[in-house]
Amino acid sequence: MRFVDEFRDPKLITATAEEIRRLADPNRHYRIMEVCGGHTHAIYRFGLKDILPENIELIHGPGCPVCVLPMGRIDDGLSMAGDPNVIFTAFGDMMRVPGTQGSPLEHKAHGMDVRIVYSPSDALKLARANPDKHVMFFAIGFETTAPSTALTLMRARNEGVTNFSVFCNHVTIIPAIRAILDSPDMRLDAFIGPGHVSTVIGCRPYEWIAQNEKKPIVVSGFEPLDMLQSIVMLLRQLKAGEAKVENQYKRVVPWEGNRAALHAMAEVFQLRPYFEWRGLGFISQSALRIRDTFAQWDSEARFSIPGVRVTDPKAAQCGEVLKGVLKPHQCKLFGRECTPEHPVGALMVSSEGSCAAYYNYEHRKTAMANQISQSA
Amino acid sequence: MAHGAGGKASRRLVEGLFAPLLFGASTEPLGDAAHLQINGTRVAITTDSFVVKPLRFPGGSIGELAVNGTVNDLAVSGARAEALVCTYVLESGLPTEVLEAEVRAMALAARGAGVTIAGGDTKVVEHGKADGMYITTAGLGSPLPGVKIDSASVRPGDKILLSGPIGDHGVTILLARGELDLEADLQSDTRSVLPLVEALAAIAASGIRWMRDPTRGGAATSLNELARDCRLGIVLFEESIPVRDTVRGACELLGLDPLHIANEGQFLAVIAPDLADAALEALRRAPGGEDAEIIGEVREQPAGAVLETTRYGGSRIVDMLVGDPLPRIC
Repeated sequence: MRFVDEFRDPKLITATAEEIRRLADPNRHYRIMEVCGGHTHAIYRFGLKDILPENIELIHGPGCPVCVLPMGRIDDGLSMAGDPNVIFTAFGDMMRVPGTQGSPLEHKAHGMDVRIVYSPSDALKLARANPDKHVMFFAIGFETTAPSTALTLMRARNEGVTNFSVFCNHVTIIPAIRAILDSPDMRLDAFIGPGHVSTVIGCRPYEWIAQNEKKPIVVSGFEPLDMLQSIVMLLRQLKAGEAKVENQYKRVVPWEGNRAALHAMAEVFQLRPYFEWRGLGFISQSALRIRDTFAQWDSEARFSIPGVRVTDPKAAQCGEVLKGVLKPHQCKLFGRECTPEHPVGALMVSSEGSCAAYYNYEHRKTAMANQISQSA
Repeated sequence: MAHGAGGKASRRLVEGLFAPLLFGASTEPLGDAAHLQINGTRVAITTDSFVVKPLRFPGGSIGELAVNGTVNDLAVSGARAEALVCTYVLESGLPTEVLEAEVRAMALAARGAGVTIAGGDTKVVEHGKADGMYITTAGLGSPLPGVKIDSASVRPGDKILLSGPIGDHGVTILLARGELDLEADLQSDTRSVLPLVEALAAIAASGIRWMRDPTRGGAATSLNELARDCRLGIVLFEESIPVRDTVRGACELLGLDPLHIANEGQFLAVIAPDLADAALEALRRAPGGEDAEIIGEVREQPAGAVLETTRYGGSRIVDMLVGDPLPRIC
């Protein structure tokens, strides 16, 4: 299959893996954070850890929109769905994320009108088809999905669709990376930069990471070869003592980003003064709200939102895992109280969440290896 | 309830509730059909309910599925379907022509599979229930000579045989619901697998240790169940697993795993190593079996789990499906 098989070519992958082994200093331990949840998923799905030398440790970053959403926001969104005149819509990713009273899917099982949509414009279509109902779209995502929400809101305004609103939970990636770097228990050597976010924001916004923090960052694609090549590029920089922003994902990411998308976002959204991130706490100017000019389509302006704040279960260590301080399996609840079927934290829900990815693709492998080494 | 999608929750429901209360002390692993002795005659019996939205989709419809699904459950238990009975649960107000089309589809499928429809029943439920119609079929079959399906007979070194490309049915249904704005030239694989099972049995009956048709929950779920039942590891070779480009493409776009997608016209078989090549050839020679492949093998490790290896040396655990496959967007 074109655009896929080229990037999974065994010969090239083997050659790139050899290049990584050549470049990596055996006396050094490398800690590289992949910011994006899509990369986390790819690492496990393609078994990239089996290919990398042991002294290259990949740390899973905060770039999974479902995972960083505090439980209170899910309760807030679902509180609106309790109104029998409201159709609650969200991406499939959101459907199993637990609120304190259950996930959207569980609310659906109890009779609420909860529907999966594949884009915000599908939710708008639903609003047009159900003029006697109010359709609320639970918007999540980084700059990857924010432009499509913005364009949908502009279309709702232009078409005068009034029975539609967006509960906006869009967040921005740069403040999250800053929070990670400010965290005192974090020691990172380099970053694999998010690919999809960068198609929108471009590569410039990462320059401070290279210049001020002296950490190399390579914006990367999601295929095995993309990620291995990005690691080669990072190792070359580290070897040369450099810290630059590089773009491995040139076939998709323009250095300057996507101006049209950025314009749409600027017209519809403004920065919130602060927003709560699961595991990372309140981060200033880290999320988007809908501008007052679009208040008519802003769920938070149209409905009274309880503003629920929920502290995560004490034993759950989502924050430490999210920041990369702990590996998923080092959390006390991992694989016991918290599994993909009964997730306690959101990291166990999304297939991009590091806990779910680790659980689905890795942990039994690791457990097995331990068993074998113990019995040997 | 997440119990309908054929993954972990379904299995827990059956093992935790139905089996202990209904099947008494029997500790037999749960198969696709039960084989019983009645007055000295061995018969196979099974039942299945069909709930599908939309009722018609490219390549098939609920009436046809209701026949082939039950014929296939019998086939992979090592039996030839002889007679079916059916129950239609109809939503009040269902247009007659919709019903007639499904009854005709059922008749055609039964003729194709060489099975008699011996009786049936209908119930009508109120408007808004039953998504148009649900169909339940039960089937009686006669055992294929020399075939014994038993997960306890599976041994390390056995080969995993797959009859053809996976994921066609599930992806066709996903696209036919029209919610994705994706179009692809793709049809459900719904068909009777009995001719393929018979072709396999004619050459390698004694080598067939286990068979299963990977419907809901996909090949991953069937193979995980096998791994658990036989307490051995299943190792799959990614490059050998046949998947059409359209299915792969849709799965790549939606973040789904073809191994989790439902099939209605394929089966998996575990074959003793000395007969594996002959079995593969027999399948490939049979009409509709041309794309059959050996996709993996049974090993001691990882005990109780399914591992997929890639051509470039990576590997991953392939788990059962949890809940429904939900496309990944953000």
